Amino acid sequence: MKTSLIVDDSRMIRNYLRSSLQALGFEVREAVNGCEAVIRCEESMPDLILLDWHMPVMDGLEFIRLLREGGGALQPKVVFCTTESDIAHIRIALEAGADEYVMKPFDRETLHMKLQLVGAA
Amino acid sequence: MQISKTSRRILADLLKSETGQSFHDSRQWRIGTALSGLSREHGIADLDRLIATLSTSRRSPLAQTLVEALLNNETYFFRDRAMFELLAKQVLPRLAEARATSRTLNIWSAGCSTGQESLSLALLFAEQAPRWEGWTISILGTDVSAGMIEAARNACYTPFQIQRGLAVGQMIKWFDETPRGWRAQERLRKMVRFEQHNLLDALPRPTSFDVVLCRNVLLYFDDVTRRQAFDRLASTLAPDGWLMLGAGETSIGHTERITPDRALRGLYRHTSFVDARRQTGPARNAAGRI
Repeated sequence: MKTSLIVDDSRMIRNYLRSSLQALGFEVREAVNGCEAVIRCEESMPDLILLDWHMPVMDGLEFIRLLREGGGALQPKVVFCTTESDIAHIRIALEAGADEYVMKPFDRETLHMKLQLVGAA
Repeated sequence: MQISKTSRRILADLLKSETGQSFHDSRQWRIGTALSGLSREHGIADLDRLIATLSTSRRSPLAQTLVEALLNNETYFFRDRAMFELLAKQVLPRLAEARATSRTLNIWSAGCSTGQESLSLALLFAEQAPRWEGWTISILGTDVSAGMIEAARNACYTPFQIQRGLAVGQMIKWFDETPRGWRAQERLRKMVRFEQHNLLDALPRPTSFDVVLCRNVLLYFDDVTRRQAFDRLASTLAPDGWLMLGAGETSIGHTERITPDRALRGLYRHTSFVDARRQTGPARNAAGRI
């Protein structure tokens, strides 16, 4: 079974993403910020990470930079899922190592298409 | 929101006369939701009263608005991506050889809605720019809805629309962020033009198209109208051209002029072309392609 990690401080968003990923056959774990996501990745590196930008303690950008620099050879696909929808943020995310970028609000079909584009679904 | 049988008949007649589309049972439930916003906008709580005004003014702006509200305009970039890969990898290379002399390709997206399909086609060519250098690529997008054509011509999409089917890399490379949304760049727009057109009418400028995409449109027609539409599509398709239908659609049982391409599932050819090839054997070009 493909494994995934949802990193978002909103329980509502996590629930929505969880049901979307489970419907696509993913095993799902959750983290409420980047710091907790680092711990989850150390426990077991997932195949896919859905990552929010703005979170307390450690934001998504800091997390992905740490992941890409020190996460080892088994790198997961990372899809940013964020309210930031301007090109400056998108470029920063891609330069930091994001594989795809989803702007909130989005629907399940969009998420599915994005996961197909990165070869995760 | 419920409407009377009389209102339903008026709407069905209007939709049929303006677009050729029929009300199947599966679409009945959409009527209330599609029209409730209009009802509020015009300050008429009773939908039957709103629809009754149509019997005296079928050509009114309200009638047009009602028709547009009933159309399904669902679309997104690279819808059914496998079909676009088939175009890019199988059809376009063959056309590149078949049209090597004229170096011109005409493509028609019939029922283009807000233009994402036409722009996806333009993107296919733009992403293979060296191969198509010196070619004239002309993509026509048509739709029965004036509102959809206006939106398609603007080629400007909300964040929700732009990311449906488009990779983020494609989005930032081929679209510009503007105050009104993400707008297709000139290098895409110059390949595409949009015109309001009813599929059942003759095209304003008759053209022979090398590829015609008519996806998820014919399913809204009744049998007789669908046959007429197939005739229209067949008349405009080049003798060796390709027709692409929606995933749930087929030519079988609806026309004798068009036949499924046995090698490329989802694509259709002129029956006369397929028959001729069967009799003479497939003509192979220098690359060995049929």
